[in-house]
Amino acid sequence: MARITASAYMSHVPLIGVAVDKGLTGDEYFKPLFDGFEPGREWAAANVPDVVVLVFNDHANAFGLDIVPTFALGMSETFEPADEGWGARPVPTVEGHPALAAHIAHSVIREDFDLTLVNNIPVDHGCTVPLSVMYGQPEAWPCKVIPLFVNVVQYPIPSGKRCLELGKAIRRAVDGFDEDLNVHIWGTGGMSHQLQGQRAGLINQPWDKEFFERMINDPEDLATMEHVEYVREGGSEGIELVMWLVARGAMSDLAGGHPPSEEHRHYHVPASNTAVGQLILEDPN
Amino acid sequence: MGLDKPYLDIPGTTIFDTDQAAIGYHLNMFAMSLRDASNRERFKDDERAFLDEWPMTEDQKQAVMDRDLNRILELGGNIYFCAKIGAVDGQNYVEIVSSMTENNADEHRQMMIDGGRSPEGNRYVHEWEDGGPAARKARGEN
Repeated sequence: MARITASAYMSHVPLIGVAVDKGLTGDEYFKPLFDGFEPGREWAAANVPDVVVLVFNDHANAFGLDIVPTFALGMSETFEPADEGWGARPVPTVEGHPALAAHIAHSVIREDFDLTLVNNIPVDHGCTVPLSVMYGQPEAWPCKVIPLFVNVVQYPIPSGKRCLELGKAIRRAVDGFDEDLNVHIWGTGGMSHQLQGQRAGLINQPWDKEFFERMINDPEDLATMEHVEYVREGGSEGIELVMWLVARGAMSDLAGGHPPSEEHRHYHVPASNTAVGQLILEDPN
Repeated sequence: MGLDKPYLDIPGTTIFDTDQAAIGYHLNMFAMSLRDASNRERFKDDERAFLDEWPMTEDQKQAVMDRDLNRILELGGNIYFCAKIGAVDGQNYVEIVSSMTENNADEHRQMMIDGGRSPEGNRYVHEWEDGGPAARKARGEN
């Protein structure tokens, strides 16, 4: 039987990828950021799953405005890193898991989640930066990845509640897959940041820190937070944090099990324009 | 009955909703086309000619040529799409983002290192009745 055993949450700032690709992680600017990633990297090396369901948003590299799906699941065998305007990142091709993706699609659509199913689609920094954060610069990524694209760019975007419930449905779907697979789920983006307008550069450290606490201890309550509060308190692009709730929804405590254990937490300001957060939660055995 | 848009009461912020997307469709798709290296070259060679291939308004084309990102957002642009215009110019995200604020890139980078822009005084439109940070800086305050 397949099982979700852990969830991870982290920012996907493009500059983090630039630092890895150009070997700058030891520089004065980046060292505190990457030192803080190190325990997460050690945990990741000791706990390599078979598959990661990687929740992120596209940044005008795969979808554009011709098709704007609220949730889109990557069904293919491979996903190529996108050229986002600066040239594609020199990172391995992301390998999918078509059989598990097909099973998840079948299961959650029958539970009324109207997923869009996508093949032949590039993945941008939203997907590849978290992989670099956790796994560094391998020749090939150590696990399969099922990308789950969430629209957080064009409003209306899905509510926190909807994201949390989708995570719960994904857990049920994975539980029903016959092959013996260890599955992790990552929610990415955030934390507080604003990349646009005269208010750009906003960071809200107390709000970010409270977000961690509520994410760990009371996700059902956190899921009721309105979008406008994310934007007002956490910046217009801080809205990405709503995607963390998909991953949190897939933990066992929300399906009647015991609370997860916190394996790692890291918070650093800034990377580029953004407050960086990372959290790893493991389900009890 | 109008749509509920509580995010209109946040200063210095344009939420990219379906109304903005409707007026910005061609502008954003032009910007997105700059993912393609050959389009980047053609745009660099002759911006006006490249822009004229897109059914954008004259105001939108002018805002692109002026690299006026605040105006671009007002005219329906989205930052993730339109950051690709900055990519053509060889800008990074700090340079692109700072161009919309009261700060130059060095000042902005330092502000971020110092913890970023505080939410205090920046949550509601009425808090910027004096014109906001850019107007304050122009008057020599702060």
